[in-house]
Amino acid sequence: MRRFSISSLLAEAFNAHRGWPRQWRSPEPKPKYDVVIVGGGSHGLGTAYYLANEFGITNVAVLEKGWIGGGNSGRNTTIIRSNYLYDESAALYEHALKLWETLSTQLNYNTMYSARGVLMLAHSVHDVQSFKRHIYANRLNGIDNEWLTPEQCKAFCPALSISPDARYPVMGGALQRRGGTARHDAIVWGYARGADSRGVDIIENCEVTGFSRAQDGSISGVETSRGQIQTRRVGVVAAGHTSVVLGRAGLRLPLESFPLQALVSEPVKPVFPCVVMSNAVHAYISQSDKGELVIGAGTDQYTSYSQQGGLHITSHTLDAICELFPQFRRMRMMRSWGGIVDVTPDRSPIIGRTPIDGLYVNCGWGTGGFKATPGSAHVFAHTLATGTPHPINAPFTLDRFRTGRLIDEAAAAAVAH
Amino acid sequence: MLLITCPYCGARPEIEFRGGGEAHIARPSDPAAVDDQSWAEYLYYRSNPKGVHAERWLHVHGCGRWFNAVRNTVSDSFEQTYRMGEPRPDATKERR
Repeated sequence: MRRFSISSLLAEAFNAHRGWPRQWRSPEPKPKYDVVIVGGGSHGLGTAYYLANEFGITNVAVLEKGWIGGGNSGRNTTIIRSNYLYDESAALYEHALKLWETLSTQLNYNTMYSARGVLMLAHSVHDVQSFKRHIYANRLNGIDNEWLTPEQCKAFCPALSISPDARYPVMGGALQRRGGTARHDAIVWGYARGADSRGVDIIENCEVTGFSRAQDGSISGVETSRGQIQTRRVGVVAAGHTSVVLGRAGLRLPLESFPLQALVSEPVKPVFPCVVMSNAVHAYISQSDKGELVIGAGTDQYTSYSQQGGLHITSHTLDAICELFPQFRRMRMMRSWGGIVDVTPDRSPIIGRTPIDGLYVNCGWGTGGFKATPGSAHVFAHTLATGTPHPINAPFTLDRFRTGRLIDEAAAAAVAH
Repeated sequence: MLLITCPYCGARPEIEFRGGGEAHIARPSDPAAVDDQSWAEYLYYRSNPKGVHAERWLHVHGCGRWFNAVRNTVSDSFEQTYRMGEPRPDATKERR
């Protein structure tokens, strides 16, 4: 791996950038690996990176059905924050946020993490009380989150309308200043490059079609579209297709897959300095460095793998955007798309073992997996490497649906998070 | 937006309906007798198939009645809708 530095950039600048090597190899699958990761999105590639970098396990394959970063890693709205209500979630997302802060340096790859602040708007007395409760809970957990009056919201985000004539007037907001955005492709490519340089094989166009089991029932390998691969440990990180992949091992999960849509506008000059989300009216907006407004819509009400959702879902979100930011009423939307998100009943992820020995799963990130990428990958790598969960992901077991120890962010946040 | 055929009212736009998740999940007849895992499976575990799916719908802004539907989750096209209490039709063939 050739490192990026000011000298290497300058040298390449004088060489018309023709000297850069490929960022990762495209190897043939080997017959046997210590660990196989199923799913080449950012969570899966990050897991492979941390396995190699922190736990010294380099005989690892990442198997990807399509191309890396082609699923939800390339379909999200790139928002990062950690102001979750419950202690378990706060610890997990804060772990991720701390890793985000130094990730570009660690990977030697610019992830374009930008702590521009995430502002969540309150539109009712209930919102105000709930957000203040979140703020106090966050502060007890050492996570920054502060209350802004409507005027302070307006000062922080000048595009925002705080008119009392609005259908749902802004009554204040909760601001996490360390929240922000990062570049979704860069995180995929940065992890891929880092993992590959440490010996991890990234194998694209390789779908896992089945699992083979040893006599004692534990995992002995995976069957793929590119042949059989032996391994004793498999980590499934397949997002919306987790039910499908684990169904091939005979498992049923507390998951449902829904389409979640997003859209971007035509690119314009910098007009929007932060991230604003409003759960009550369902608006979710930021501006990419390319200049497009990036808008997140809600999930459809039915399970689907179609990677597209109903138009009324996006138009509902745009209604709210136009109400909150009247200056965007004449903006044109360029593209919209859908990703398939796997949602658990309590809206918290499942990270850990399955009933099958040697088979681990990291799923259920629902509508909010991007922000957690480094933390999710790190604790999952720990789990795969040691066979026991990291203290941070210990509460996020599959077994919690049996014991009843749910981490009910669904009740805490009510909508997309 | 989906066009959904309510077995009572006919074809109506999706915004008149509320999705109710997977159909034909029977509540254990003697809840005290089942173990925690079976109860968790009843409450939370879902088949979530990529393909043909039997699911419940409520015509909330119409007749107000529940019914079942068989839909393909890849194409989102409905194969059939049928009344509560009727058995799941044998709709295993894929239609695009």
